[in-house]
Amino acid sequence: MKTRTFWNTICTVDDLVPESGIAVWTEEGPVAVFYLPHRLPALVAISHKDPFSGANVLARGITGDLGGEPIVASPLYKQHFNLKTGVCLEDESVRVKTYSVLLDGNRILLETRETQQEAVAA
Amino acid sequence: MSNKTLIVIGNGMVGHHFLEQFVASPAASGYDILVFGEEKQRAYDRVHLSEYFTGSTHSDLAMGTADWYSEHGIQLRLHEQVTALNPDQRSVTTPKGDYGYDELVLATGSFPFVPPIEGREHPHCFVYRTLEDLDAIRHSAQKGKSGVVVGGGLLGLEAANALKSLGLQAHVVEFAPRLMPVQLDTDGGALLRHKIEELGVQVHTEKATTSIVEGENARIRMNFSDDSHLETDLIVFSAGIRPQDTLARASGLSVGERGGIVVNDQCTTSDPHIHAIGECALWNQKIFGLVAPGYTMARTLAAILNGDRDAAFTGADMSTKLKLLGVDVGSIGDAHGQTPGARNIRFNDEQAGHYRRMVVSEDGKTLLGAILVGDNSHYDSLLQYALNGITLPHNPETLILPENQGGAPALGPDALPETASICSCHNVTKGDICCAIDAGCVDLPSVKAETKASTGCGGCTSLLKNLVDNELEKRGVAVNKDLCEHFPYSRQELFHLVKVNGIRTFRTLISQHGKGQGCDICKPAVGSILATCWNEHILATDHVPLQDTNDTFMANMQKNGTYSIVPRIPGGEITPDKLIVLGEVAKEYDLYTKITGGQRVDLFGATLSELPEIWEKLIAAGFETGHAYGKSLRTVKSCVGNTWCRYGVQDSVGMAIVLENRYKGLRAPHKVKMAVSGCTRECAEAQSKDFGVIATENGWNLYVCGNGGMRPRHADLFATDLSDEALIRTIDRVVMFYVRTADRLQRTSVWMENLEGGLDYLKQVVLEDSLSICAELEEHMNSIADTYQCEWKTAVEDPEKRKRFREFVNLPEQKDPVQQWTTERGQRRPVLESV
Repeated sequence: MKTRTFWNTICTVDDLVPESGIAVWTEEGPVAVFYLPHRLPALVAISHKDPFSGANVLARGITGDLGGEPIVASPLYKQHFNLKTGVCLEDESVRVKTYSVLLDGNRILLETRETQQEAVAA
Repeated sequence: MSNKTLIVIGNGMVGHHFLEQFVASPAASGYDILVFGEEKQRAYDRVHLSEYFTGSTHSDLAMGTADWYSEHGIQLRLHEQVTALNPDQRSVTTPKGDYGYDELVLATGSFPFVPPIEGREHPHCFVYRTLEDLDAIRHSAQKGKSGVVVGGGLLGLEAANALKSLGLQAHVVEFAPRLMPVQLDTDGGALLRHKIEELGVQVHTEKATTSIVEGENARIRMNFSDDSHLETDLIVFSAGIRPQDTLARASGLSVGERGGIVVNDQCTTSDPHIHAIGECALWNQKIFGLVAPGYTMARTLAAILNGDRDAAFTGADMSTKLKLLGVDVGSIGDAHGQTPGARNIRFNDEQAGHYRRMVVSEDGKTLLGAILVGDNSHYDSLLQYALNGITLPHNPETLILPENQGGAPALGPDALPETASICSCHNVTKGDICCAIDAGCVDLPSVKAETKASTGCGGCTSLLKNLVDNELEKRGVAVNKDLCEHFPYSRQELFHLVKVNGIRTFRTLISQHGKGQGCDICKPAVGSILATCWNEHILATDHVPLQDTNDTFMANMQKNGTYSIVPRIPGGEITPDKLIVLGEVAKEYDLYTKITGGQRVDLFGATLSELPEIWEKLIAAGFETGHAYGKSLRTVKSCVGNTWCRYGVQDSVGMAIVLENRYKGLRAPHKVKMAVSGCTRECAEAQSKDFGVIATENGWNLYVCGNGGMRPRHADLFATDLSDEALIRTIDRVVMFYVRTADRLQRTSVWMENLEGGLDYLKQVVLEDSLSICAELEEHMNSIADTYQCEWKTAVEDPEKRKRFREFVNLPEQKDPVQQWTTERGQRRPVLESV
């Protein structure tokens, strides 16, 4: 068994909203992609699923920074998540998955993992 | 050297308080301490005894833990009654043996007085003193329908409340012509009676019970001296207390003629090694039936045993403040004006149900006593005047007049002397509080932990909070008013920066006046300020990322990530056709439908991508957004008014619609609610709103700054008999002044309470234009009303804005798998998989 990673085109620059997030559907489930034009890197992505409520809503949170770290606030119960590490500021034992995301020309690429069963020799 | 022995008889509140004080003193290490308690349980809070019927248990009410006793080496012998004192041998006797002592403390308390009425031994007659009494009453009440309390004093009314909470029809039988004869006068007693009867407790005064016999329709019949009678299922005697002095009396200690163990200022009895504290002690011919004086005696005695020769008990303040059956009652000092030359000032508002009486000295300079019924908000100030001898203002009546009739604001903590007693239970003065703050306490909980203030009866809670806040502020510990780490300004200051400098975007504001990228505190606050100042669409590109999620998608997010939709229904008036459209849309999208408290319809369960489609349909039918998602005007509730109602005096629906259309869309520091009632019956509940309008024969009365919710507040009467134009002008001014000066997420009530000068100041600004800003406020409001747009209409017409409403931008047809549904009472509701 081995894990391969894929770079998938998920949307274009026109789909992004500056200083805010959008949600995309991937093989691994919903992912929130944030466009922060005044930071480097300007694109970050984390799981769209809010671990406290179970609802897919993190892309709809308010972004910003706390102590210099980029964050998003969950729109439901207002916990903050570090957009670089996925760690919840209010409860460090909670962490959401982070993803690599790239700008390639006009396209936005997201890295996802796919676990494949290797063919067993007959 | 072997230790001496200290014996304490009685494990009640005062006995326990004495132990707490004593073990904390150096002398304690020289004593072995032995405590006898007659009851099965450790000391508990008798002041809150009736909470036992509403769910509290012994451990909730307990004063200390078993561990506390063992940690301090105190031997606690419960359920072991002392049967004799032997002062000559310095020993006490119990059924289990004799115990020697060096010092003996009697904290035996009191027992309830049961008048010598024939038949009082009936098995359904009780007293109200211990947890066991309460268990017996509860048992008896299970099969009963009604209960009588004999005695209309403080404890009797408490007992009546307990009977009521057990589901019984409660009666109070009082010998005197009025309730609480010791604390209240005729008018105060009458008002209290009226209020208590309104709560369903029947009061019978001037009734002397002559006999108790078997009843015909209930268990018991009480016969009265005036030949009337009353049938009931159980009786609770609460006709006063008598000091428990049996042991002292039998052992030859001095006792008073009417009971009570005689003590001197050192709380020592006629035997120098025996001391008495609390309700069993008779000091200066007085028995003190309250907990605070008992605590003072306990502290005095602990100091004496610790070698403090100056410690002395010099009497205690018997002022009382409590809520009886939910009715405020307060009694301070010489409430009956028995001091020679005393004069009275009375305020009696029978409509509001407020009675206040001040007893002032002959020269009018000192407050001797006071009575309050129906509203205790003046108690703290009056008590401080009385206790500390603070010179009364020139017009002392202003102290008890309502603020809008020229009443003086409450006495601020700054006016109190250092010696002012803040908490009389634990004898904490203003000076003690200030010391605790100087020693490092920086908030209310730490001050309470350090000084114990406000941990007794709790009557001083609000005064303590004011004092602590005020002192912290004076020391510059002032609560940091910065909005967040990105802006070193309050909301009001940011408003000025935006307005004065013409700033139109968050980015400009933060780069010129803040730092960093912003956060979920400052972004929505600034978004709201920009909207108030410039009234641009909240989904304009620059403003989108500022909005809370509800504003961003102009709907209210629910727990599973779907949204609810509330179209505006001004004044709650809706045509059948529009109502049908709501039903059709709800049906088409399978939306859970509920009527709101604000006379609108809430449609739940729309997905993000459904929102624009749904709104297209609603807009086509003539609906507008209801701003249920915004910090802005929600609804203007109304009653049907004089068009239909035979009592109405004005067209309340018409006015509600005018107001709703004028203020809709205005962004504010918090949500704003309004209501219009067509007559004084107040069916629209206008007095619980930020702006409440009540019709009069001559126009409209305006009430401001009320709210419901967690901390309900009645709105204050602001102006009377206004014409339509004057009403709108006045609301324009108040609402714009609020929007400009309030803090983030501050409702109008808190905003007004925090304005220096409060309601009076607000009236000066708005009605007298003391700041000369009224023209500007009106103009600003006009410009907002003129630039109103339905946010949803603009959004559905703009393809760029609609792009935001895609659930997943790369797969438009993909449903969110988390959103699962079931059916309940014929409608859809969410099921959320467990996290």
